This record gives sequence, C-alpha cells and structure tokens, in this order.
Amino acid sequence: MKKFFGLIVAFAFGLMIILALRNMSGFPAYGDVNLAERISGSYFQSAIAELVGSANIVTSVVLGFRAFDTLGEVTVLFVSSLGVALILDFKHKKRMELAFKPNFMLKTASYILVSIILVVSFYMILHGHLSPGGGFPGGAMIASSVLLLYLADDQFRSKIQGFKILESAAGSLIVVIGLVGLVIGTAYFENFLNTGVIGNLLSAGIIPIIYVLIGLKVGSEIASVIDQFLTEEEKS
Amino acid sequence: MTFFDVFSLIISVLILVIAFLAINAKKLIHSVIYLSALSMLAVVAFILMKAPDVAITEAVIGSGLVTALFIFVLLSIKRRDAK
Repeated sequence: MKKFFGLIVAFAFGLMIILALRNMSGFPAYGDVNLAERISGSYFQSAIAELVGSANIVTSVVLGFRAFDTLGEVTVLFVSSLGVALILDFKHKKRMELAFKPNFMLKTASYILVSIILVVSFYMILHGHLSPGGGFPGGAMIASSVLLLYLADDQFRSKIQGFKILESAAGSLIVVIGLVGLVIGTAYFENFLNTGVIGNLLSAGIIPIIYVLIGLKVGSEIASVIDQFLTEEEKS
Repeated sequence: MTFFDVFSLIISVLILVIAFLAINAKKLIHSVIYLSALSMLAVVAFILMKAPDVAITEAVIGSGLVTALFIFVLLSIKRRDAK
C-alpha cells in the first residue's frame, strides 16, 4: 500500500512537471540557449531590484536567480546529517559527561546569553532580504546556542524528536513553494507573490518565506548533528 | 599609502603570524584559540573587502561553531585519558 501510494505521488509529480514545461517560451529546446545571456553579469545589469525586490543583492542572487542551487546546498546538509544519524543513532542514549563540573554562575549566564543569541539569529533570518546574513548563518547561530547549552549545563539534553519534525516539515515546504511557482508561473522557484516596496520588511515576495524555512531547517539539522555527537550509547 | 591600505596590511600580516602560531603551538587548546583568533581577523578582512555576507558566515561558523566543537572534543579526549 505504501509503495503503491508512493508510485502514484511520483507519477503525479512527473505529469505535473511535464505539463508545466511543455510548449513554454521560458524553456527552450536542447541546444537553443545562448549561454552568454545566462551568466550573473547580465542579471546584474538587466534586473537589479524590480524583478526580485530584495534590497540585499547577494540574497537576490542566492534565492532569486539561483534558488535551485540553494535547494542543492540544503540537500547536501540534509544528506550529511542523515549520514551522521545513520552511524551514530542508538536506541538508548545518554549524555556524554564533561571533564569539569559547570558551576551555578556559568549555567545562569549561559542561559541569558542563549536568549540573546536566539533573538539575534531570528532577527538575522527575518531580515535576510534586507541586510547581510540570512538563513544559513542564522541557522548556524541557532545550532551554536544549542551547543553552548550543552557545554554549560551538564544536565541539558535537547528534544531531538522535535528537531526532526521541524526539519522535515521545513524541507518539504521549501520544495512545495518551488512547485507552486512552477504551476502558477513559468519556472521552478518563480517569485509568484507581489514584491512590494523595496526595503520594507514584508517585501520581495517568497524570498523571506524561503529564508525563514531554510534557517529553521539548517538550525535543526546542525543541532541534531551536535546532539548525535555529544551523546553515547548507554551501557547496560 | 592611505589609512585603508595600512590597516589592511596590518590585518594581513597578523593573519599570517597567527596562522603560523596556530600550527606551531605546543598545546592543542592554544592552537584552537589561535584558530578562533584567525577567524576573527578574517572577518575584519572580509569587511574591508566589502563582503559583509561572507563576514557574517565566517564569524558564526569559523569562530563560533567550529571553535566550540573543537573545545568539546578536547574536553572529551581528556576525560578518556583520565580513566
């Protein structure tokens, strides 16, 4: 039953992609493309801000013109965290003990610091289309706050199940948003929302949405890798 | 030579010196700390080269995550040795 359902979903996706790409002006036949028009320099000259609507030009390249590459990068991170889980995941796990005992001051101060780091990282993720930063550094900051808690509190153990659910939901939503662009517009990851006024927080169409999803995905992935590294099998 | 040139020259020389120290340090923990300092100087160099996105990524990954992970690894190695 599960395999049959998977077959139906695969056929539906294939049919949708074929129907969306057929007889389309934006998808020329093999060999008809003039590659000189598809290099970043011409994008910079022809469409600075009106096409994408992002004030940060790096973000407009990473998520506007090259969103498929970004999906590949996210996939690389997903595969690496999958490999770590494949090797290091056991049934009964306990925390690795530290060589020193953290005192009360260190514990309290690190909880305060973690809240500040989390606020900065969410700011960075939400303003990825306006200022430097974005999903990848913001997600790494979330993971580093989890690592700080592991280092400063010898009882701390993160809820790995919640991270797994968050990670898979965010990853599926990124792909679904790309497919919606393919169905409504002409290309995978096309910006189908209104781009709005450049410089506002709610502008640039789907770019902030995808960046929030990428930030959550990267943060939960690296946090689950850290959790796999810092736990060990319980000897019974 | 402007002030900008002098500043970038100082940063570059410091990066080279700290990289040499990181390789030649006697204790491993000193080596990790020198690596973190090198990442911090690389952040300054990236900002001087007007690449703030790369600078933020370097600051988070290079001097935050990697250093903390190295220190954690060193701590658990010491715990194994003590047994």
